[in-house]
Amino acid sequence: MLNQVVVKNLSKAYQRRKLFTDVSLTIPDNSVLVVLGPNGAGKTTFLRILCGLTPATSGQVDIMINGQILTAGQRRAQLGLVTPELELYGELSAVENLEFFAGVRELPFSRQQARELLAFVGLKGRGHDFLKTYSSGMKQRIKYAYALLHQPHILVLDEPTSNLDEAGVALVDTIIRQQKERGIVIMATNEPGEVAYGDQTFTLA
Amino acid sequence: MIKPLRWLKQGLAIWRKDLRIEFRTRYTYSALVMFAITTLVTVSFSIGGFVTDTDITAALLWIILFFSAMAGLARTFVAEEETGTATALKMAAQPEPVLLGKYLFNVTILLSLTVLVVPLFIMMLNLSIALPLAFVAAVVLGSLGLAGASTILAAIVAKAGAKSSLMTVLAFPVLLPLLFAAISATRAALGGGLAADVTADLLMLFFYNGVALAASLLLFEYVWNE
Repeated sequence: MLNQVVVKNLSKAYQRRKLFTDVSLTIPDNSVLVVLGPNGAGKTTFLRILCGLTPATSGQVDIMINGQILTAGQRRAQLGLVTPELELYGELSAVENLEFFAGVRELPFSRQQARELLAFVGLKGRGHDFLKTYSSGMKQRIKYAYALLHQPHILVLDEPTSNLDEAGVALVDTIIRQQKERGIVIMATNEPGEVAYGDQTFTLA
Repeated sequence: MIKPLRWLKQGLAIWRKDLRIEFRTRYTYSALVMFAITTLVTVSFSIGGFVTDTDITAALLWIILFFSAMAGLARTFVAEEETGTATALKMAAQPEPVLLGKYLFNVTILLSLTVLVVPLFIMMLNLSIALPLAFVAAVVLGSLGLAGASTILAAIVAKAGAKSSLMTVLAFPVLLPLLFAAISATRAALGGGLAADVTADLLMLFFYNGVALAASLLLFEYVWNE
């Protein structure tokens, strides 16, 4: 069945300042879209519009799973987001954060599952520490656990390797490759090494 | 599962999360309690034992509860916006459960404040209550209404620049009908007014709660996703 993201004539302007105009593209299943552009070009805004977090000035984004266009409520189950502006709860531990988001998403949750997910993102043994005690790299890793918790079909990444060490970059590489097999990756970056993931690239001026 | 039950289940997860964080930081409750106790002691030292007029004592009680609520209840949404957790929450939860969870949290905080402040108020001002059941009903329904209207206003205020100062200004006209009814019901319960008058005020409070919650559920999606 058809799984894809279709962007139709998307435009965004803040008052008189136009970020982008009439963007149209199709992101097929099992592919990676890399969004490029200088600082302030609107990469993050573009990703936020795809996720339904920011309204577009005009145009639309259709997320199609099994041939059906998803409603705003259905999109939440199919989208995972990692972005610098997203934070998890510092006063909760990593396990508590995952337990909370599983509860909100009405997912079955077990501590064992949380431990496995945390081990996968390189946070083994740190699951009961409060997030406010985490380093910036560890916070970036827990964001991946949050984004992958519900096994989304579409993974949206903004500056995917920011604050990560070498092992963290390797983790992101694994995640992107696995996600490409399972669905779609949309990422905004200016790192030359990450552009190579793109099956298609799109540049915002 | 039908939609309202799913909202409630998800809302309870948000309520538990907020309570857990509040238990660890005590930010909201401390702000409310400190304000309430300070005001209560000031009022008590100024007029305690000298005022027998139920008009004044009822108004004083609701002034304390209103401004205490304004001092802390906005925090529930402001904290989510300021720390960046709102984005994570928006990606995971539908708007309605978020509102329900925040409403339940504000209700919990305000009722627990009421349980602490109202007995102290009665004791320090040496009040006798003619209609105890009506008094309790007025305080509970009034607190629920305060929490309900404050929750949607907190969501609006969290998007604005001058967060804490805006809350009281925005809340005052919205909460005025509630405060009138709550003061009137409290006055009648303190002074032994007619049962019919108390019933009318309590009904007003009851319907205010229903309207506030229904209007909040309808409006919240637009506020939250703005």
